[in-house]
Amino acid sequence: MSFISYLINGISLGSVYALIALGYTMVYGIAKMLNFAHGDVIMIGAFTTYTVCSIAGLPPVLGVLVAVVFCTLLGMLIERVAYKPLRKAASPLAVLITAIGVSYFLQNIALLIFGANAKSFTSIVTLESVKLAGGQITVTGETIVTIVVCIIIMILLTLFINKTKAGQAMLAVSEDKGAAQLMGINVDATIALTFAIGSALASIAGVLLCSAYPQLTPYTGSMPGIKAFVAAVFGGIGSIPGAFIGGILLGVIEIFGKAYISSQMADAIVFAVLILVLLVKPTGLLGKNIQEKV
Amino acid sequence: MAMNKMKKINISASLKSNLITFGIVIAAYAVMQILVSLHLVSSLMRGLLVPICVYVILAVSLNLTVGILGELSLGHAGFMCVGAFTGAFFSKYILYAVPGMPGALRFFLALLIGALFAGLFGLLIGIPVLRLKGDYLAIVTLAFGEIIKNLINLLYLGIDENGVHISLNSALDLHMEDSDKIIVNGAMGITGTPNDSNFTIGVVLVLFALIIVLNLIHSRDGRAIMAIRDNTIAAESVGINVTKYKLMAFAISASLAGIAGVLYAHNLSTLTALPKNFGYNMSIQILVFVVLGGIGNIRGSIISAVVLTVLPELLRGFVSDSRMLIYAIILIAMMLFNWAPACIAWREKIRYRLNRKKNAKEAE
Amino acid sequence: MKKFSKLVSLAAASAMVLSMAGCGSNAGSSDTFKIGGIGPITGGAAIYGESVMNGCQLAVDEINEAGGINGVKIEFNFQDDEHDAEKAVNAYNTLKDWNVQMLIGCVTSTPCIAVTEKSNADNVFQITPSGSAVKCTQYDNGFQVCFSDPNQGAASAQYIGENNLASKVAVIYDSSDVYSTGIYQSFVSGAESQPFEIVSAEAFTADSKTDFSVQLQKAQDAGADLVFLPIYYQESALILTQANAMGYAPNWFSCDGMDGILGVDNFDTTLAEGVMLLTPYAADSTDELSSKFTQAYIAKYGETPIQFAADGYDAVYILKAALEKSGAKPSDSASAICDGLKSAMTQITVDGVTGAGMTWAATGEVNKAPMAVVIKDGAYAAMQ
Repeated sequence: MSFISYLINGISLGSVYALIALGYTMVYGIAKMLNFAHGDVIMIGAFTTYTVCSIAGLPPVLGVLVAVVFCTLLGMLIERVAYKPLRKAASPLAVLITAIGVSYFLQNIALLIFGANAKSFTSIVTLESVKLAGGQITVTGETIVTIVVCIIIMILLTLFINKTKAGQAMLAVSEDKGAAQLMGINVDATIALTFAIGSALASIAGVLLCSAYPQLTPYTGSMPGIKAFVAAVFGGIGSIPGAFIGGILLGVIEIFGKAYISSQMADAIVFAVLILVLLVKPTGLLGKNIQEKV
Repeated sequence: MAMNKMKKINISASLKSNLITFGIVIAAYAVMQILVSLHLVSSLMRGLLVPICVYVILAVSLNLTVGILGELSLGHAGFMCVGAFTGAFFSKYILYAVPGMPGALRFFLALLIGALFAGLFGLLIGIPVLRLKGDYLAIVTLAFGEIIKNLINLLYLGIDENGVHISLNSALDLHMEDSDKIIVNGAMGITGTPNDSNFTIGVVLVLFALIIVLNLIHSRDGRAIMAIRDNTIAAESVGINVTKYKLMAFAISASLAGIAGVLYAHNLSTLTALPKNFGYNMSIQILVFVVLGGIGNIRGSIISAVVLTVLPELLRGFVSDSRMLIYAIILIAMMLFNWAPACIAWREKIRYRLNRKKNAKEAE
Repeated sequence: MKKFSKLVSLAAASAMVLSMAGCGSNAGSSDTFKIGGIGPITGGAAIYGESVMNGCQLAVDEINEAGGINGVKIEFNFQDDEHDAEKAVNAYNTLKDWNVQMLIGCVTSTPCIAVTEKSNADNVFQITPSGSAVKCTQYDNGFQVCFSDPNQGAASAQYIGENNLASKVAVIYDSSDVYSTGIYQSFVSGAESQPFEIVSAEAFTADSKTDFSVQLQKAQDAGADLVFLPIYYQESALILTQANAMGYAPNWFSCDGMDGILGVDNFDTTLAEGVMLLTPYAADSTDELSSKFTQAYIAKYGETPIQFAADGYDAVYILKAALEKSGAKPSDSASAICDGLKSAMTQITVDGVTGAGMTWAATGEVNKAPMAVVIKDGAYAAMQ
């Protein structure tokens, strides 16, 4: 019985990773950059909702809405100020380092505004927990909502990329920026749109992360951000279903590692599994195998 | 004939550039020593001298992986951690076992051991990992760094007359009578490492790292490594052993990081593996030095390591609350200034104008 | 590239000159006591440093308003160490350049141990408000306001045993934290002679502290009727929430790190109902000193003080008492003041917020009685 219980806990944790990883993988797939500030946009999203709901006392729906709008604008602003000037830089690492600068910036601005003390986040999910097997197994409402939201986002993203013009433009930009430009695609606008969507996803992930694990500090986003990055790589970075599967698997492995091997070594176990997977399948579970040409 | 001539010029140009780099380090050392002896240097700056050397060595060594080998590594702090803990463990053990050993010899041996173990780890990790590319390699090196940190936090290790006691669970499992003889105490790490380092030793180690890296770059092996960076398949087709050279660069880089770790450990009396000093944050921080200073540019690495180590400390005097916020803004601004094509073009324009003015003046 | 390098070198050189110019400029002012503080005010441990800083500042302001120490005002300068040993040494050196005379710090153990090495070499008096590792007071110039870790673990085991609070105990601790592992280990050795059994001991680390379902599940499966939490209140708040969600309701027992749980913004305090903790301070204890401190703190900073704030507040008053005893003058050197304080510390008795009748041994450890409190109706109440 405890096995099933661990499995469900693993899926709960994994669904949060998956949700964050979706944003990561989307930005990576199109802009080809590791956005280290993604985890901190999550934190900003959660703080926005916290401000609207818990401080101003407005309804949760409004809180989420404001967070989504705010983070979308923030994401576009960050892209415009810190990333766009470096898009044609001599090395792709330059923009990675600015992303780290942005990450420090967001953490410290939140620290100045909200202080270091932890805030308890009131869950925006009102769905009741579901009890199975005579009450021995509990599935929380947050888990159900997170998984449902994850799947909806995954479907919407896939539809968006495959069925709309803007989505097709994104695909084209991710394949070859120069060629896309020649075909009349506005590369700048497309990448800005990518960051807008990625940041909107981050804000939703932030709200659900803090609903499931109700605590909020300026550093809340950084570790889940890194774990989600691992999840995205695990599933094959750039692949949308890969991010989902990678996230869920990572959560399950983390919980099983803690439960059956050692709770002290949870981090080491997660990372060791990641290394093993990448050694066997160097581009992640669902990643595209890129043929190298001379 | 022409080829020969060109080669000659090239070599002397690189030699000149190397000499300038060494000259800068030695001159900076001399100036600081004079100022220190005249009591003109604040305690803060004096305290920063050894850490600066640590970060310079780290930046130079990571530049070998990132700039010369062309692979992104996010686990450099892990090698530093291995060096720091093995070196400090050795020194602590010698303090008990051979109390009479002179500090300089002890530290020298600690450096050797730290470099050896870190290099060994680099080799072990490099064999499987270097098959991967780009961001996948980056995430695997990050993973190794985190695994090392996690395990060091669980390690309990003591030596007494009954031999070596080791546990991955708790100090109680060591079953040692004298708890003072526990050398590595889990999350507490190693305390009481002798303070064997000083600025002179730090600078000597910086010069050592520079000699190794610069010599490697300008050697046959270095050219092979750079050929792999520029085009692996072409390099392979002319008979370069890709695996061997990749491993060589990676292991040398790791063992230099180990040396930096030993220096770090012997500058502080307490050594713990926190996310701050040996986690991925530190690896990223070292990468920041390398990229800001210019990928592959060794002198740039030195300068940016010095600037970024000193900057947050200097900000203490001006703003205390928002110190790290200002640091973040300056970092972003410096990155844009240094890397953005628009900024580079603007700088070229300014330089062109200045030159023209100068030329015009000279003409008068 | 070259131009940038030149520019940067220029900036660095001028910055160095600037920083050197700062040296020695403060030497003239000798009509105040210069007290320095060190602790994390950025990074993951920022809340502890921020609390100590605020607590100290409150005490300093009170003392200055009341006329100072023997008529001498205090200047207080708090520096950030980011919970890192190396940065702590930098912070210490910054304070030295400011001509610090006494040190309150560090807030956390690892940086504290690194700084004791330096302060001992310089013979600067150091009192740590909350650095609880034994090594924090390894030299004769170091003193503690809080209990040491072994002390807390053993006292907790003894309290649980003597009061028959449980027969099966589970422990959840942070294996990457000095404070937590320190208490855990002394708890385990203290429990050997007690009538209860430790049925599960599970850890978490700084990098994976959002999900505690496994640790709780194991405690529940092992049939633990009491869970011992030698950790800080932020993780405890999450653990209590998650235990509630899975319908697990054991007794909870904790140490001074738990204090502050009622002050977490927006926290549902009914979850903490019945939590027992061994702490020297509770934010709403009714004695005059504590309530005065709590009210003044809330008035000044708008939030309930946690135990770290009380430790910082007491540290300043302890320094005041010791300075009065030793008769130090603000014109004395740091080393002379330190020598005077070392002997004064063993002679004074201080009634503070974190304990009445505190005295110190020459080793630096504090001697005070821990208080067991229980959370009742969203407030602390003393246990019989």
